[in-house]
Amino acid sequence: MSSCGTSAKSPCCCSQKAGAAGAAAPPVTGRLDPDVDMTSRIRGVLSRWGIGRSSWRVRPGLYALGSPGRSGPVLVTANYGLTVDRLRSSLPGMDAWLLVLDTKGINVWCAAGKGTFGTEELVRRIKAVSLDRVVDTRTLILPQLGAPGVAAHLVTRATGFKVVYGPVRAKDLPDFLAAGMKAAPEMREVDFPAGERLMLGVQETLQALRYFLFPAAGLTVYYGLRYGAPAIPGALLPVFGAILAGALATPALLPWLPGRAFSVKGWTAGLVWTGALAALTQPHPAALAAEFLALPAISAFLALNFTGSTVFTSQSGVNKEIAMFARPIGALTLAGTIVWVIKEVLI
Amino acid sequence: MKYLEDVSTLKLDPALCTGCGKCSEACPRRVLEPRSGKIAIRDLDACIECGACARNCPANALTVQAGTGCAYAILNGMLRGTAPTCGCQGD
Repeated sequence: MSSCGTSAKSPCCCSQKAGAAGAAAPPVTGRLDPDVDMTSRIRGVLSRWGIGRSSWRVRPGLYALGSPGRSGPVLVTANYGLTVDRLRSSLPGMDAWLLVLDTKGINVWCAAGKGTFGTEELVRRIKAVSLDRVVDTRTLILPQLGAPGVAAHLVTRATGFKVVYGPVRAKDLPDFLAAGMKAAPEMREVDFPAGERLMLGVQETLQALRYFLFPAAGLTVYYGLRYGAPAIPGALLPVFGAILAGALATPALLPWLPGRAFSVKGWTAGLVWTGALAALTQPHPAALAAEFLALPAISAFLALNFTGSTVFTSQSGVNKEIAMFARPIGALTLAGTIVWVIKEVLI
Repeated sequence: MKYLEDVSTLKLDPALCTGCGKCSEACPRRVLEPRSGKIAIRDLDACIECGACARNCPANALTVQAGTGCAYAILNGMLRGTAPTCGCQGD
């Protein structure tokens, strides 16, 4: 009984006999293995790169991890595959009930923002699995980042279950539980360490490169026809570098780049790239002008987009950034493109 | 890490606050702290307007214009003439 129930295709009702009403589904959906196997690990890596992410869902319901009894604990989570994998592997050797909500395969934080990891779904799921019959405990532990979607007091009013917010990270759960459901302040705070920034930066870069594919093809054809094939790498390099500056270097160096606005940080990184490029390639003055106008702006735009990958930007802040920098970024990019076009036409 | 200063729409009404502390339990940025039997704002600029505190206050003492701090979603919404709509995990 390794991971039956973790795939939508293999629902498992192995742990319970049907209740008195034959039509009712058994409350326990299945068992979950605390060991994340190689297939799941690979899936985890691929989903980080945007591959197979939206289809990686666990069937919502109540799952047993180990041999939990009537005293729980009951941990609530989202039905995105990676989320469930992180949770089940964070409690080695422990027994717990996992209540998996239907967040449409989306992780806790995003789902909480959308409302799918929310009061209504939680109440619905508690009733659907008849949780009050499976356990005697009346406490649920929710991930900290689910709080934006859930009103604890309303859940209690509707179900009699009390909601306690656990740590941000599943790996802090053993300590949290051992301390009697008390969180050290660091457990409640979301941070953004370099490794995470880099990983998200890679994701952002790949996405940006996908958008660049079509213009790159156009540039390749144009430069190939007009200047010959050897000119093609030099044609693609400026924008390619600007993309890396804005979508990879900026996330990686985030705390050390100047300014609070992501646009400013990205613009700085783009400027450094453009300067290095100019020093290396000694371009025609018109090309140089085009590069200095457009490239840092492209980096700034990509950096601005990175705000969505962080958990420390506020909507009001991003609105302000957009109000301040969106038009200048657009204008600079356009200006640089126009200068380049003029240069290509005249020279 | 800190973002822009003085932009958060978070407001706390001490008259309504009962000091239950659910808000500071729900907050992922340590914006709120207990003070003299009630809750007070410790660091407004750390607020990301996620809305967890306001949603979990049984006394309605907290208000905030909750929303996503995602430029892509906001710009996307602007172009379509809708509310911010996020592409995170493809919806």
